[in-house]
Order: sequence, then C-alpha cells, then structure tokens
Amino acid sequence: MLCRTANELFWMSRHIERAENTARMLDVTYRMSLLPYEVIEPGLAWAEPWAVPLITSGLATEYYERYPVLSAENVLRFMILDATNPSSIFCCLRAARESARSVRGAITSEMYEDMNSAWLEVRGCDYARLESSGVSEFLDWVKMRSHLFRGVTVGTLLRDDAFHFIRLGTHLERADNTARILDVKYHTLLPSAADVGGAVDYYQWGALLRSVSGFEAYRKIYSDVITPRRVAELLILREDMPRSLHACMNFIHETLEHLCDEHTREIERASGELHAKLHYGRTDDIIKLGLHEYLMDFLERISALGDEISRHFLVPA
Amino acid sequence: MRAPDGSIRAPYQAFAGWLDRTPADRIAQKREEAERAFHRVGITFAVYGEESGSERLIPFDLVPRIISGDEWKVLDRGLRQRVQALNAFLYDIYHDQAILKAGVVPAERVLGNAQYRAEMQGMDVPGGIYAHIAGVDIVRAGAGEFYVLEDNLRVPSGVSYMLENRKMMMRLFPELFATQRIRPVQHYPDVLLANLYGLAPAGEERPTVAVLTPGAHNSAYFEHAFLAQQMGVELVEGPDLFVQNETVFMRTTHGPQRVHVIYRRVDDDYLDPLAFRPDSMLGVPGLFGAYRAGRVTLANAIGTGVADDKSIYPYVPEMVRFYLSEEPVLANVPTFLLHKKEDCDYTLAHLSELVVKETHGAGGYGMLIGPCATAAELEAFRQRILAAPAKYIAQPTLALSTCPTFVESGLAPRHVDLRPYVLSGKTTNLVPGGLTRVALREGSLVVNSSQGGGTKDTWVLAN
Repeated sequence: MLCRTANELFWMSRHIERAENTARMLDVTYRMSLLPYEVIEPGLAWAEPWAVPLITSGLATEYYERYPVLSAENVLRFMILDATNPSSIFCCLRAARESARSVRGAITSEMYEDMNSAWLEVRGCDYARLESSGVSEFLDWVKMRSHLFRGVTVGTLLRDDAFHFIRLGTHLERADNTARILDVKYHTLLPSAADVGGAVDYYQWGALLRSVSGFEAYRKIYSDVITPRRVAELLILREDMPRSLHACMNFIHETLEHLCDEHTREIERASGELHAKLHYGRTDDIIKLGLHEYLMDFLERISALGDEISRHFLVPA
Repeated sequence: MRAPDGSIRAPYQAFAGWLDRTPADRIAQKREEAERAFHRVGITFAVYGEESGSERLIPFDLVPRIISGDEWKVLDRGLRQRVQALNAFLYDIYHDQAILKAGVVPAERVLGNAQYRAEMQGMDVPGGIYAHIAGVDIVRAGAGEFYVLEDNLRVPSGVSYMLENRKMMMRLFPELFATQRIRPVQHYPDVLLANLYGLAPAGEERPTVAVLTPGAHNSAYFEHAFLAQQMGVELVEGPDLFVQNETVFMRTTHGPQRVHVIYRRVDDDYLDPLAFRPDSMLGVPGLFGAYRAGRVTLANAIGTGVADDKSIYPYVPEMVRFYLSEEPVLANVPTFLLHKKEDCDYTLAHLSELVVKETHGAGGYGMLIGPCATAAELEAFRQRILAAPAKYIAQPTLALSTCPTFVESGLAPRHVDLRPYVLSGKTTNLVPGGLTRVALREGSLVVNSSQGGGTKDTWVLAN
C-alpha cells in the first residue's frame, strides 16, 4: 500500500475515534452538569464540570484565548462546532472525511458514503440547531456515526493493509484517550482525601466509567461500590474491556505483528514490550508506582510508538 | 427526441410511452432521490476560481438520450476510423512527418504548435499508439447527420459520469431496463484495465498499473479515484512516485514497488519538472527519462495535444484519407481558420452568426457564441480577433439536436452533445454509449459542466 494512503487511513480512523471520544466526554460532562453538586471551593477545576473536557484534551489554553468565561454554551461551541479548534468534533469529522476522500479508492464505497453523509450532516449544524435538537441527542449521534463507520469498515473492507492501518489508528487514539480520561479524573476528582467515598466522588467516578462505556461492565464484573482501584484495573488491565489500555494494545500489537517485516522489527519489539507490561501487569504495582506516573509513562510510550509507526510506514524520509 | 414533423423518433417511442404513463409526482420524487444519492456518493467536481475545496454536483437529468442501433453502428465505425487516423498522424509527425512533407497539413501549424513536443521526436512508444484514451465530442444535426465537434486526446474526462449515470438510472427505473434492450456500458473499467496492461514494457509478466492524479483538489478528482478503484489499481500523486535508474517506483509501506504503466491524468506540462515545467509540484522528477528509456508507459503519450488542437482539427478528414485511404464516416463542422485572411474577413463580417473559439481553449472558456452575444460583446470579441487572429477559429452554429430535459417549468427541449470514449491499444474498443452533456439554459449551446451544463444517461439500443 502507498505510504500516503496508509497515512490518510491512519488519520482518518484517529479523527473519527477522537470525535467519538470527545462526544463521550462532553456527554458525561453535560449529564454531570445537570446534577445538583456542591461547589466546595469555587474556581477549582474539579468543581467545575465544564473545565474537565478542556483539561482532558489539553485545550484549556486555546479555549481561554477564544472565550473569556467558562460556560456550558462556550465549551460546547468550542468542542463541537469551532472550525478553528482542530480537535472539535466538526474539525475531526471534516479531517476524517477529507482523508477518506483523498484515498477513496482504498476504502469501500459504503465506507465513503457513510463518512460523507456524516460530514454532510455535521456541516449544516449550528448552535441553534444543536440546542433545539438536544445536546445529548447530538452527542449520541456522533457516537453512533463512529460505531456505524467502524461497523461498515469491519463488514465491508478486505482484510488488507488498509484495514490494518485503520485499526492501528483507531486503537492508538483510543488508548491515548482512555489514558487521558483516567489521568485527569485522578487529579480532578480527588482534590482531598476527605472527599473520598462522598456523593460527589461516587457520581464522578460513575461519570468517568460511563464516558468509556464502562459503567455497566463495572457493575457486571465487580457487583460492588465503585473504587478508584477497581476503575484503574478495569480501564488499564482488563483485556475484555474494549476501551481499556490492554484491549487497545492487544489490537495494536496484533496488527503490528502483521505489518512489520525485517526492516521494522524494532517497532514490533516496542509494541510487544508495551503490550507485555499490560498483559502481565498488576494493579498493586500500578497503585504503588502511582496511577498518574503510570499513565504518564504509558502516554509517552504510546506516543513514541505512534511516531515510529509514522516514520517507518506513513511518512518515510 | 422528435423528428422535424413533430413525431416521436423511433428510438424514443418506448420511453415516451412510459413517460406519458408515469405520474409527475413519481418522477419528481425520483429526481430528489437521484440528487440525494449523488451527494452521498460524492459524485462531485471542484470548480476552479471558487473558494478552494468547493464541490458541486453536475446536474443530472432523468430523461435519457437514446441512440438507435443503426445510428450507433455509424458512430462506432466513424469513431474507430477517426481515432485510428489521429494515432497514425501522431506517429507520423513524431517520426517521418510524411503528412507535412506531402503538404496535406501545413508544417508550421504542427511544428510551431505549443502542444507539439520536440522531446518526443523519433521516440518509439509501445504499439505506436499515442492516444490510448480518446473522448470525441459529437453533435447530431438532422437525421443521421453526426458531426465531430472536438477530439480530446490529452486527458479526456467524464467517463465516470457515464458509468454513474447508468447506475443511477438502473436503480431509479429498473422497469425501463427490463422492457427495453439497452446495451450495457459498465464493463468500461475492465476494458480500460486490459488496454493498460497491454501497454506494459515488453517482458513484464505481471505489470503494475497506477492512475496518476494531480490530487483531491483537481476538478476531475472523483473520476480519478473512481477509475482507480473500479480497476483495482493504485491511485497515486506525484510525490508517491520516484525514479531511480530510469525506473519508476511507488513508495509503499513495504518499500519501493515498481510501476510499469501510468494512466496519467496530469497534463504534459506538469508531468516531470526536470523535462517540462520546472515549477510543477504535481509531477515526478525523472519520469520523462524513464519513459524515453521504455521502462514505463504513459497513457496517453506525451504530445498528443498537437492532434486535438482546434487549429489542427480542420485537417482530420484529410488525415483519414491520407493514412487510411478511406472517406471519413464522421464529418467535421465547417471551420474557418482565422489566420487565413479570407476566413478572417468572412468571420468578422458574420460574427453574429458564428461561434468563435480560441484554438488552445478548453472547457467552454474564452468563446463567443454570436447569435447569443450582445452588440458590446461582439465588438469586444472583434477587437480580440483583430489583435491576434491566429488564436481563433470560427464555426457556424449548427441546428443541434435537442433532448427533452427537466427544467423548472417541466419538460423542455435542450441542446445535447455526446462524448463516446475510444480505447486504443492492441485492439480498439469502445463501449456502446458515452457521456451526454446537456446545456440547461434555454437556447444555450454550451454543455460544459464548468458553464452550467448537466449530464444524462445515454442509451444505445440493441437491434
């Protein structure tokens, strides 16, 4: 497969996955903002639900450059519709569609048509329409479009390199997003030990789980109260949890085993190492090291892996 | 659709009956369905001069243009003959130049032409074929009278619309296809692929074919991607290719892979910055060297534009006689060459009756349609002609055939032309049909999509 094609497919799937994760995060924030919650110390990030998606995606600075105050409407405008924010859902879908268009020969016509119709719908969307049709409905729609596109891909695309690079993009992005969500919550949700186990704590861990479709899974597996330790275990180490780091690394490593040849063994080795850390890791060791430290290390490694993939497969010198 | 006496012409009779029986609201609903589907599928073209990345649909009209089996027989024979003569002409002018020596075509019209490529002189191309893919624009005026308006031998486009229009009609109105014998066109990509494989440098058992596009912002990008996908070959852009030891490779995720045949949709000027325009970002440095060494085949060949230039067009019937010793089946539209004094005088005296075109123009830009022009436009054009007469040709406006077309007020006649595609390689092939373009404005003769033209499905009936 052409390097350029592989690059576009990789970023196409990353952008769709990113749009989906942004929608998930906003949806949870939106639901949380509807709950009565106590502003314990005004101004603290954790007390302001609308700051969470900005911190998670690392966009707080960009946000405040454009909007003077933190408000639901502004965050939604910024994260959903803002054409100058490259991470907005609008921009992610536009970038994904542009990628699809530039390599439409490499994907099936069903995939392109699906992607194109998603773009045509989001293109005509403005804030008034978003409000009148319902923010949650819109965010559900984004998630559904992402599910649909993945389904069309799995159901129609030949298992060739195009499929492998799409899968690689999806899971690298998802691993990155899950790690970020988990990390920011770790900071923002537990400002002091005294709050542990309180109502706010409960709702916020619940929200975190919901944002990665993990709430029901948690209940099924643990049938018990939500504890940070178990949440960490579920979202990092459980390979049967489709958005966990372990599950993502299963896909990534398996795909790289397919793609790598004698010139690219180093990439396969690095992904194997990262995969092994998750496959043979223990919750106790993560907690001992510190969840934040663990996640920072993971984010660094996954980003380095992405760079290597890019350098060898996608944009070779 | 109708003969001069107002009766329905034979090939349209079955369709006209269907149209009478079908309620208007059902047709309106089908029109909307077609529009939605074209948007979703993304069958669009980019419009130059507008905001970058703007994409438009080419209006699609539901009423097919229908050609009888007998009419097609004539067209098929005439098209093969004409393209064969044009290929012989290209071979000749890039080799011995017999036709110039014989004085049939004035040498300065060829050798002084901007589209003539001295680099191609004396070079052999596989099979001696230059225009592998030709799109010949044809109009019908009166019963069975077909005229060639233009030969497109560089990178003719539009074939994807021929295929998509047919797909759409079969989806919207399967009953029409069930009750009439309409010859299929959908095998075009297979014929094209077989043709391209046949062009590979000798000794290649499993050649690699690629389609070279200028990129997603090109007006015909949809078509490039479509054809690559339909043929199952890579769609490449210039930077995806590189040349080493006069051999072309594409950059793949598994390292360099050799390319043998390139169906290029990039103009000559932009193909290779080392050989042609040095500022080209669309080309591949060294491509011409690999081509000259016979290590890669380009379709179409470089330098075909000299044969479809409007100033060469008047000589095509002579080429048929010269190379094939046959009488041309398809007539040319009478053409005045304004570099000739008597032609120029006549044109200036009859400007309001004529169509004047730039010899190097394309896409319906820079032309004057006398009968539709205002006095001021006529005067402005007169000045342009006087300033550089050799840049122009003039032709009488033909009583072009019309085809019923849905417009705001309902069905109304609109002028149409037809572009069939002729594939030349080891054999010459064409699928029965082509792209019908329709001028949507009342009275307009300009069918170009860049000028508000639309398209129709084209039916060739089986006898």
